[in-house]
Amino acid sequence: MRALLVALLASGVLAVGAQAAGPPNAADLEAELVCPVCETTLDQSDAPVAERMKSFIRERIAAGDTEQEIKDALVGEFGSGVLATPPKSGFGLVAWLLPLVALGIGLLTVVLLVRRWSRRRGPPAPERPLDPDLERRVDEELARFEG
Amino acid sequence: MAHRGRLVAQGVAVGFVALLFLLLVWTLVTEEGGDLAAAAARGERPEAPDFTLERLDRDGDLTLSSLRGKAVVLNAWASWCLPCKEEAPFLEQVWREERARGLVVVGLDAKDFRKDARRFVRRFGLTFPIVFDGPGDVAADLYGVTGFPETFVLDREGRVLDVFVGGIIADEDRARLRAAVNRALAT
Repeated sequence: MRALLVALLASGVLAVGAQAAGPPNAADLEAELVCPVCETTLDQSDAPVAERMKSFIRERIAAGDTEQEIKDALVGEFGSGVLATPPKSGFGLVAWLLPLVALGIGLLTVVLLVRRWSRRRGPPAPERPLDPDLERRVDEELARFEG
Repeated sequence: MAHRGRLVAQGVAVGFVALLFLLLVWTLVTEEGGDLAAAAARGERPEAPDFTLERLDRDGDLTLSSLRGKAVVLNAWASWCLPCKEEAPFLEQVWREERARGLVVVGLDAKDFRKDARRFVRRFGLTFPIVFDGPGDVAADLYGVTGFPETFVLDREGRVLDVFVGGIIADEDRARLRAAVNRALAT
């Protein structure tokens, strides 16, 4: 049983590994690259240049290029505007970091505002002593109720 | 202290809005594309935006302003564009006939693969200079080209005399181009 489990796990790991190291998927690449004429992703475009780019992607996959090599080749021809997402280096990194910076600033603002509001409210007011007459009546009622 | 902090925050916010406003104004003021055809149609002679691009017909770059003193037919094209195929032999003919008088035809290949462009050049036997503008920065952003082909006739001082949107295929368009070339050569 244990051997079977190990074999299953090993085959799963190998399958995932083989998928990661396998050839790039044309459909995935077409969703990540933009047609330079109509400025939609290639999978959404049937413009002549988009069709030519799709055939280029298939040719390069068949030639054994990696996903990054295909993207680099297309950027070399059409510029970085063909990437649907900005590169994670150089100036493109700003587009990835800016939302995180904005989120950080937002969180900091919320924390500062909450602290400010909680300070403004101040310590809780001291409890007012009960009126002696009322306290005596409450005691009497309780004694009667329990008795 | 809190008052000072609030003033700084307000200053930063106002500065940020002012920066955005300046960016908007700068974008509007520096946007050149699209106006050339309209200005040429009104009889104005706007200056053609200068550029330096990689050549496809030989090694090195070509700078438009280096052609001052010559009339220029700047033809924006792409290998995947059908009307570009129809007009290419005519442009080659004009170049061969008029180059001795001081005309240069420049092919501006945009939004294209270099390999496809070179194949196109070989197929149509084009001998005039070809520059490569793969991202389309010069064609679209500087010259306002929205479709291919589009052709600009520049006089010897680098000013736009006439603009042809679409293929120069019909007889009247070809006659108009020849007339524009003659005017450009006469400057």
